Amino acid sequence: MTADLALIWPELILTIGGLITLMLGTFMGDRQVGLYQLSALLTLAAAAASVVALFGIETTVFSGTLSVDSFGGFAKLLIYAASFICIIIAPRFFNGGMRAEYPVLILFAALGMGIMASSRDLMTLYVGLELNSLAAYVLASFMRTDERSTEAGLKYFVLGALASGMLLYGISLLYGFTGTTDFAGIAKVMGGELNIGLIFGIVFVLAGLGFKISAVPFHMWTPDVYEGAPTPVTTFFASAPKVAAMALMTRVVIDAMGPAVGAWQQIIIFLALASIILGAVGAIGQKNIKRLLAYSSINNVGFMLVGLAAGTQQGVEGVLTYLLVYVVTTLGAFLVVLQLRDADGNQIESIPALAGLSQRRPGLAAAMAVFLFSLAGIPPLFGFWPKYLVFEAAVNANLVPLAVAGIVASVIGAFYYIAIIKTMYFDDKSDTEIPAGGGAIVEDAVITASALWLSVIGYLFIPVLAVVSASAAAVLF
Amino acid sequence: MSGFPILPLMLAVPAVAAIACLFVGDKMARWVALGATLVTFVLGCVMWAQFDIGGPQWQFTERADLFGRFSWALGIDGMALMLIMLSVFLMPLCILASWDAIKQRVGLYMAMFLIMETIMIGVFCAQDLLLFYIFFEAGLIPMYFIIGIWGGANRKYAAYKFFLYTLLGSVLMLVAMIAMIAEAGTTDIPTLLNYDFPVEMQTWLWLAFFASLAVKMPMWPVHTWLPDAHVQAPTAGSMILAGVLLKLGAYGFIRFMMPMFPDASAQLMWIVFGLSMIAVVYTSLVALAQSDMKKLIAYSSVAHMAIVTAGLFAFNQQGIEGALIIMLSHGVVSAALFFCVGVIYDRLHTREIDRYGGLAVNMPAYALFFMLFTMASIGLPGTSGFVGEFLSLAGIYEASSWVAFVCTTGIILGAAYMLYLYRRVVFGELTKDDVKAMPDLNAREWTIMVPLAAVALWMGVYPESFLAPMRGDVTTVVARLAPAKPAGDAHLAAGKPKAAKAHGETAHGSSHAGGVQ
Repeated sequence: MTADLALIWPELILTIGGLITLMLGTFMGDRQVGLYQLSALLTLAAAAASVVALFGIETTVFSGTLSVDSFGGFAKLLIYAASFICIIIAPRFFNGGMRAEYPVLILFAALGMGIMASSRDLMTLYVGLELNSLAAYVLASFMRTDERSTEAGLKYFVLGALASGMLLYGISLLYGFTGTTDFAGIAKVMGGELNIGLIFGIVFVLAGLGFKISAVPFHMWTPDVYEGAPTPVTTFFASAPKVAAMALMTRVVIDAMGPAVGAWQQIIIFLALASIILGAVGAIGQKNIKRLLAYSSINNVGFMLVGLAAGTQQGVEGVLTYLLVYVVTTLGAFLVVLQLRDADGNQIESIPALAGLSQRRPGLAAAMAVFLFSLAGIPPLFGFWPKYLVFEAAVNANLVPLAVAGIVASVIGAFYYIAIIKTMYFDDKSDTEIPAGGGAIVEDAVITASALWLSVIGYLFIPVLAVVSASAAAVLF
Repeated sequence: MSGFPILPLMLAVPAVAAIACLFVGDKMARWVALGATLVTFVLGCVMWAQFDIGGPQWQFTERADLFGRFSWALGIDGMALMLIMLSVFLMPLCILASWDAIKQRVGLYMAMFLIMETIMIGVFCAQDLLLFYIFFEAGLIPMYFIIGIWGGANRKYAAYKFFLYTLLGSVLMLVAMIAMIAEAGTTDIPTLLNYDFPVEMQTWLWLAFFASLAVKMPMWPVHTWLPDAHVQAPTAGSMILAGVLLKLGAYGFIRFMMPMFPDASAQLMWIVFGLSMIAVVYTSLVALAQSDMKKLIAYSSVAHMAIVTAGLFAFNQQGIEGALIIMLSHGVVSAALFFCVGVIYDRLHTREIDRYGGLAVNMPAYALFFMLFTMASIGLPGTSGFVGEFLSLAGIYEASSWVAFVCTTGIILGAAYMLYLYRRVVFGELTKDDVKAMPDLNAREWTIMVPLAAVALWMGVYPESFLAPMRGDVTTVVARLAPAKPAGDAHLAAGKPKAAKAHGETAHGSSHAGGVQ
């Protein structure tokens, strides 16, 4: 037991660091933004360092309920990095309204997500998921005086609770029909005859998880929550929890349900195609950039599920690479949205107001164009590469019709991405002034770095990415 | 031939200049772009001079395993050499053509053209399937901006249509490429060229490639993006679109589809012939009815490209060589014709044919050049068009006399619409006052016209300069296709040639002998 504690340093650091930050906020007051922000950032950095230090260890702790492996490590690094950025960008957005709860909630959410990514048992899975969700509900309604923000929080909570209920129901069915909550134990039973109860369990668990990754038809909350939540929180929702939920889904599907391919594969294929198509079609006609990015995230989750549907190690490698590139692109895109302020400092979210952005802020428009083309998967931008990997996995797993359908639907997605580029580059300047934002060197640096990485430079990282994602994916097989 | 990395240098010069253009003023951007394209052109000439005709198939090869799953592999054969030469030759002229016409966001414009040049060189010299695909698709982005920002009134619609049409085709090709890589286990193009895919798999792969390349080409009935894109694009955009981008489709046919899927190519030849025949006649008739000059030339491009596809699928030496010469010739001539339209558009700001008339009186030099390019487009002997059309029709005739018959009517119709255009614009009474006020060519326009005219005549009088580097590659493709080749209906019998004179055995004669089975 005590020996196990030495293997969960990331979780311990996050717990203690989160509590310290909470105390700092309580006793030093909300004014000390720099102090509690620093404490939160240091905590995340330390947690990330401990993940790196533990890399290469493949074992399970606490009687097999939690695993320590490079798959979880890969996901955690991404989650911590995304949380890190989301904490950095917050004070400027809240503009004096920043409170210590924000970094604390993000730390606890990150803790929950870390547990999600490394759970090997239905109980730890649920604990991690709820820890993350509860923090997320509060974050969504963080601007308590703003009607849209509170509405987003409430909506997220109600639908999230419903999804948790479905998940729990599925978990209880799986437990009832297999007699265990351990992934390996469930997999053993799945290898035999499947009865109707197990199939129901699979369906309900996947439905509950589908809500967390916002796959169609469980995506309804996404546009509303993304639009209503404060932009740094939306940035957070679009990045870190996607990684955690996707990693969790992969683990459940491959580890626990692996032998019952026939039962889950068609569900994943349906989720994938529905998400790609609806995510693309729903985005057309959106006038709010945050709503549009919400649909874009639904669309991208669909592509990740294509890799998962293959159910092979190659597919999981594709999913992991996809997650990394997706997180970088999404963070970059939302950071650009954060910089869009009119002369009075109000956030601009309407797409028509972006008309002529390329003439007002050429650098910002160019970065946004890179992110959008990358999300659309147009080479030579790096967003092409993960799409290629997941489709390759699907073709190699004899899912050619899925690959063809997905790739053709990606053209529909390209339409709305290039529509924003049209607004920024082809349209005449709008009346809205968008003056250069002063001071946020970090934001500019992150935007520049991610845009450069997503342009051709990313391709040079493929050999490294291939090794890392292969070693992470190999854990599950 | 030495270790000097000339291809990476040709890719790097425009790319670096493109970045520089974004950060300098308008005036400077023009000069940077012109300088960079000229340097690239000189590098291209050096490469041509160093190219060893009859030497190894792939020359100037570079290889670095930078990307793990695929590699940075470059190299050219004769066909790629010629198409790269076409690109680097047209580029400085495009920059000059937009010298005064583009006044807004000049830096971005020049950067887009330079990126375009890098991409085009990259497409033709990529020796790795994925690298090729990346370059192939990347071309969409700068062209989207060029049409969308600096185009005409309906530019946004045209830009969308161009982007989505070509993207939809290309993604199917990507699936086919994934399947090919899985089957053959390599992304190396020279290896794949000699890999025998299972016959039933070839059919699917062929269809997927065809979906992509037919749109790029463009073939009837997926050509409809082209007239829109051409009409709305700025002059230089049309020049590069017609000059080089349309050649990507045909290049893909001869580089990938024919040698990689010979059996499927033979089985599905009828699709290509059928669509080509329809395209030649239909688009020529449509061209005849146009009142917009750019649209007319755009439709004529579709007709010319249809002869290229028919020539390629004749599966014999003349047909393929002829198709390649039409590609080069059309690259030069259609770019020149679009520039001719651009010259008068800059003066009167309309492309309506009826708004002009009688230009021969006040713009004699312009009328002369326009005449030359019109004749080259029609295929008058002595111009580049004749060589390509004659060779390819001779090749098509061997494969199928009916296809040759229909394609020839297209050439007659081609003469009709081009001469009709020329008559309406240049001849007739000079009655309109604003047309009377139009000055003749200025020094800059002369600088653009003269090289284009010189090359069109050079290709017409001594095509051997252009055919020689490609002959070996065409022979390789023909040999690869030979086992699958269906019997033609021409039943040619070898004649009894008299003893050849010392210099009498021309290029065409020898290739003719090679083509007869």
